[in-house]
Amino acid sequence: MSDNLLEIKELSTGFFTEDGFLPALDKVSLTLKKGETLGVVGESGSGKSLTSLSVMNLIPTPGKAVGGEILFKGKNLLQLGEEQMRAIRGNEISMIFQEPMTSLNPVYSVGEQIMEVLRLHQQLDKKVARAKTIDMLRLVGIPSPEKRVDDYPHQLSGGMRQRVMIAMALSCQPDLLIADEPTTALDVTTQAQILDLMLDLKERLQTSILLITHDLGVIAEAADHVAVMYAGKVVEYAEVKRFFREPLHPYSQGLMNSIPTLEQTRERLQVIRGVVPTLQQMPKGCRFCTRCDEKQTLCEEEAPPLIGYQGSQVSCWKYTERWEPSPR
Amino acid sequence: MGSYIVRRLLQAVPILIGITLLTFFIMQLAPGNPMQTMINPKIPLSEMQKVQEELGFNKPVIYQYFNWLKEILQGNLGYTIKTGQPVTQLILERLPATLLLTCTAFLLSFVIGIPLGVYSALHRNKTPDYVLTVVSLVGISIPSFFFGLGLIFLFALKLGWFPTSGMKTIGKDLTGFALYIDYAKHIILPASVLALPTVAVVMRFTRSSLLEVFSMDFIRTAHAKGLSKSVVIFKHALRNALIPVITIFGLSIPFLFGGAYITEHIFNWPGMGSLGISSIVGREYPVIMALNLFTSILVLAGNLIADISYAWADPRIRYS
Repeated sequence: MSDNLLEIKELSTGFFTEDGFLPALDKVSLTLKKGETLGVVGESGSGKSLTSLSVMNLIPTPGKAVGGEILFKGKNLLQLGEEQMRAIRGNEISMIFQEPMTSLNPVYSVGEQIMEVLRLHQQLDKKVARAKTIDMLRLVGIPSPEKRVDDYPHQLSGGMRQRVMIAMALSCQPDLLIADEPTTALDVTTQAQILDLMLDLKERLQTSILLITHDLGVIAEAADHVAVMYAGKVVEYAEVKRFFREPLHPYSQGLMNSIPTLEQTRERLQVIRGVVPTLQQMPKGCRFCTRCDEKQTLCEEEAPPLIGYQGSQVSCWKYTERWEPSPR
Repeated sequence: MGSYIVRRLLQAVPILIGITLLTFFIMQLAPGNPMQTMINPKIPLSEMQKVQEELGFNKPVIYQYFNWLKEILQGNLGYTIKTGQPVTQLILERLPATLLLTCTAFLLSFVIGIPLGVYSALHRNKTPDYVLTVVSLVGISIPSFFFGLGLIFLFALKLGWFPTSGMKTIGKDLTGFALYIDYAKHIILPASVLALPTVAVVMRFTRSSLLEVFSMDFIRTAHAKGLSKSVVIFKHALRNALIPVITIFGLSIPFLFGGAYITEHIFNWPGMGSLGISSIVGREYPVIMALNLFTSILVLAGNLIADISYAWADPRIRYS
């Protein structure tokens, strides 16, 4: 218990719309140990970002967490009031976003925006906060930080802005950094630099990272554990080496097969057939059954639970006793 | 920045010349002339022509224009046709009253319009928002003479809170604070009439601009930093949202001076607007031209101030 920094238990989040309640996250459970990096991977709309926004309690209206628990250092974040939650945001849990180009306020200098966090959570006076801001900018590898501190976001490149975001997020030495697709909007060389920077700072500042991405390459490089999400559910949770050696869930296998390799001479990319069902037409049983090649009647009728299997967790009937071995 | 301002000022010169040229000719196209308004119609035509020759109105229009321009460039706005009073003096007498009225209306527009817009945006699609939407629609649509007469009827005649017209109580020798109170009582109704359409426009603009900013990524970042809702709204969102409102700020200056013509007339306000109306009726060409020139300069100045304010409010905008 004590070495679990973040424990999400059966979190259900959904949107209250005119068409009724749409369940976007269905009993999502994740565990992040202290000092670890947990990669959450899935395609667009799988609920990765919504999970991270739920942790921050920043779900856009009309969304709301309707069930489950989010335990952070043993406290259930879903039961905290707005005031208590604000004291945690930016201080104990920080977040960086996908779009460095638009995530910074264009009318304030980057220094001002970093200082704001320091002055809010650490009650530093202006001079000290400024000195610390310059230190943070130096830490994230921004050249001549004494000058850059007064620059406005538009004067910096995308990679530099993401560094500023990282500096801002880490300025109060948070226990948890949520990185929502931090490298997606950057070009490939910058992606690698930013990822290296995050991993380096994670070691130095003892921060745990919840890394949201759709890029399995990023997971392979950065994460200790990986959670695969599909249509608002965690379908597999595994140690990262094991996951890449032997993915268990048919969806994970499909994802792995769709990565093109240099050795292959096939002309067509392998894909998972079909599309993610919309929230309105979610199947009653396993949410992946409409696209699964191995599905059985059971899959269509009942949703599989997340079960332990050889040290991993997987949500598929295949690994239970109720699975009927194929006749062949 | 300095060279930018100089360049803009130089650009203003040909624009002003163009405007005066146009207004001068348009004015001459209007039927009637100053002589008809000042001379007894029973006077023989030959006498009328004599006066016309003395005043130079028999010369070609283009000649008259360059004559006028020559005097203007020497700083002489001319003399009224009827009384021979210097136009400069006439305008300077009326200017303070108009400036007082328009500046009050200008301040009211933004001091009332912006907070109402913020309030409306924060209560988006709820009752207060709908009420303010209707109010602003009415505010934009209602003619100022009608609104003005309505206010006079209600607040001056029925309730007796404010005087019906004028700028100060005639016959009372007020000094100091009492004088300011007297001015304030007189200005409330005309300034409200003048400000109403601008209040409505500023309010709607602020509302939509703020709602647009609310959906931006950096607002989410601000929340994720743990900032309170009011800091997010007033520090991070509002400053961004007000940048487009600066446009209204620039546009409202000529609008307010134009609106002053009617408002001053309704409230018998001794400003340039009422001078303008009587000059148009009396075909006092030199006065009309001078007022036109003055308004054109104001419009150009308003635009320039708005452009400079953009650079001040938005670090992404830099002029060179």
